[in-house]
Amino acid sequence: MSKLVSSIKEAITQMGLRDGMTISFHHHLRNGDFVLNMVMDAIAEMGIRDLTVNASSIFDVHEPLIGHIQNGVVTGLECNYMGGKVGRAICEGLMEKPVIFRTHGGRPSDMEKGTSHIDVAFIAAPTADPMGNCTGKYGKSACGSMGYAFADAMNADKVVVITDNLVPYPLVDYSISEIYVDAVVEVEQIGNPAGIVSGTTKITRDPVGLKMADYAARVIDASGLLKDGFSFQTGAGGATLAAAKYIKDIMLQKNIKGSYGMGGITAYMVDMLQAGCFEALLDVQCFDLDAVESIRTNPKHMEVTATHYAGVSGKSAGVDNLDVVLLGATQVDVDFNVNVHTDSNGYIMGGSGGHSDTAAGAKLAIIIAPLTRARLPLVVDHCLCTSTPGSTIDVVVTQRGIAVNTKYGKNQELKEKLLAARLPVCEIEDLKRMAEELAGVPKATAPQGRVVAQVLYRDGTLLDTIKAVK
Amino acid sequence: MKITTSAVAGTLESSDVYVKAEPCGTLEIEIESVVSAQFGDQIRQTVQDVLSSLGVDSGRISLNDKGAIDCVIRARVETAVRRAGGEN
Amino acid sequence: MRRSMLFIPGNTPNLLMNADVLGADSIILDLEDAVSPAEKDAARILVRSALRSLGYKGCEVIVRINPIETDFWKKDLDEVIPLRPGMIMPTKVSCADDVRTVSDYIAQVEERCGMEKNTVRLIPLIETAMGVENAFAIASADPRVAAIFLGGEDLTADLRCKRTKEGNEIFYARCRMVNAARAAGVDVYDTPFTDVDDIDGLYKDAAFAKSLGFTGKASISPRHVAGINEVFSPTQADIDYAHEVMETIRMAKAQGKGVVSLRGKMIDAPIVTRARQVIEMEKAIFGGTEDDE
Repeated sequence: MSKLVSSIKEAITQMGLRDGMTISFHHHLRNGDFVLNMVMDAIAEMGIRDLTVNASSIFDVHEPLIGHIQNGVVTGLECNYMGGKVGRAICEGLMEKPVIFRTHGGRPSDMEKGTSHIDVAFIAAPTADPMGNCTGKYGKSACGSMGYAFADAMNADKVVVITDNLVPYPLVDYSISEIYVDAVVEVEQIGNPAGIVSGTTKITRDPVGLKMADYAARVIDASGLLKDGFSFQTGAGGATLAAAKYIKDIMLQKNIKGSYGMGGITAYMVDMLQAGCFEALLDVQCFDLDAVESIRTNPKHMEVTATHYAGVSGKSAGVDNLDVVLLGATQVDVDFNVNVHTDSNGYIMGGSGGHSDTAAGAKLAIIIAPLTRARLPLVVDHCLCTSTPGSTIDVVVTQRGIAVNTKYGKNQELKEKLLAARLPVCEIEDLKRMAEELAGVPKATAPQGRVVAQVLYRDGTLLDTIKAVK
Repeated sequence: MKITTSAVAGTLESSDVYVKAEPCGTLEIEIESVVSAQFGDQIRQTVQDVLSSLGVDSGRISLNDKGAIDCVIRARVETAVRRAGGEN
Repeated sequence: MRRSMLFIPGNTPNLLMNADVLGADSIILDLEDAVSPAEKDAARILVRSALRSLGYKGCEVIVRINPIETDFWKKDLDEVIPLRPGMIMPTKVSCADDVRTVSDYIAQVEERCGMEKNTVRLIPLIETAMGVENAFAIASADPRVAAIFLGGEDLTADLRCKRTKEGNEIFYARCRMVNAARAAGVDVYDTPFTDVDDIDGLYKDAAFAKSLGFTGKASISPRHVAGINEVFSPTQADIDYAHEVMETIRMAKAQGKGVVSLRGKMIDAPIVTRARQVIEMEKAIFGGTEDDE
């Protein structure tokens, strides 16, 4: 028996895709992904319309989606993150139905709970066998972990695996099992390796970024959480990576043996694993070649599903035991609510990803961001969009001051510890005032158009909406 | 000061502003800014302040602003105008 | 207290905006080497505008001006002196007359602006063989001079030798500078360590400069500031000893004793002076405890 079919169109036909259905994609190939566009082009040519696309993330490479929306092929979009190109079009009123934003944990959990139904999942796989066992660890388009694709495979009615590295059955060291897969398509190329993973993720050299990283590392050190058993997640942004490096230096200097590192994994987390800072890495997504190499070769570097990483539908998740997470923000309001969905003009250029999942789970959720970006203040009275509720944020670190969130009856002790460590602790309102003294008071602007996106919290409840800019 | 020739100042890097000053019979100010929604009015006021303090009553001043703060805008406009007025 | 001095290019808005958060005791807003000849006017106007509105609380501002053999230095001073920077750093200073030339012109600008005379101090940059030989004359040339600063890069070019990490080629200049500064009663600053990525090397170089008697060290990279501050701060042992000295003196006074000793060593005036300096630095760094003398 073989599940091989000759083409994407053949697979679409065999899966019985019809008008009005929902299809899904994962984003492990990031901005190098060819598969979403290939599948959508085939669907458009076949004349199928009115589809909802649920992609864990939409990148700028997926700009052709705009045409499919204009032509009525796609009438619904659901994702956890959306790049600026499609985001701008959405905010200019491209689509009738609002986009649904979920979190990296909420998306798989909504599938598992049945509140998000997928008719056909298209899973790009860097290596697969003819029965559909597949993995991201090997092949010319290797992406490492395939954590976000598991829920699609396990919950969609029909599952198509699309690969550019077909190997004989059985694939050794598979990630997703054949038991979920209906069809396998071999194509020439599933993505552009240069866009899938970065060569090396570089630590910032920007002095302000390094200053913030230094403060963040000292906040973590002073918090008392940095001890044996420490668990940690950081993003791949320049300043957060620099903070990870400073944390590593402190851990090695004090001989602290941590428990696990988690999240999107970079060379710096791999370094920490190899240096003995962690017992294990829980990897939902690899960001660079070193991470891919490590997940392939080091048994302590484990692939985890998005549900295991951050979901709410399992009995527990990795985020539940997280000590510290370092996160970014485009805006923080005086109640510590964080916006990572839009820019300061209200245009969509991001999304929760795991932001609100990790903030909810971690004992200490730290936002690192500069006080101003191109004259616009980080701290505002009201975020244009609440991506992560302020009640789950503990500290905001900028280059000019560190605000501790004591507004929800918590963190008083933390604040005293940071003061004792001679860190520049201030109120969140002080950060707003300092930015305004430096850059001026911005005129309040907020988009007033119809609702173009709904932001769902990790439990599936509506957290906020995003309005059209024009 | 009279704008007698065309001159530029500043850069297109973030937090800077690129200013062009050209001779013109009337006074024209053109502003393009990444923060025009939030700071457009303030930027125009700043440019007018600088021009009047330098005694400029005619010329075309165009800004391409990448989020420069007020003191940077003041400096770049002044530099462009002084260059266009034959200083240096 | 001035342990570290950080160079900030004068024509770079995003660095000027954040110059005061990088941990340096002093920032040197540079109108000289960091600015191309075509942008000298833009940089001096930008620095003046930044000084007027940014405030730079919590760190001292030094402006490095162009050498007196250029056409730029007077314009530099015309623009920035009215904004009362803490210090001016004249460059390529080779003799006492160079200092007086700059000082006299500053005095003119000060008078023009109705400022009190000698508001703005000087930290001459000595970076020529002649300058090193004249270090004492330079350091004692004018009441404005608060410190002298060794520039190793230009000096080695003048010496026709290679600038190395070990710095043997500037050893003589370093010693001569320290001796001249101390003889003239002013502070003395060491040349930057130029390998930005070599933090261990920075520590070694700074520690060596401190051992020779330098007050502090300049830096071209924000990443070197923390190391310089650490090396040029008193150690906890220094601080403890300083408090012990002051306590011993206080007890001796109370008991009417003239000569006192601590740990078998007589406490003389230089030891007391040193102890006072250490306690002053402790207060400056940590906001330390009041120590009534």
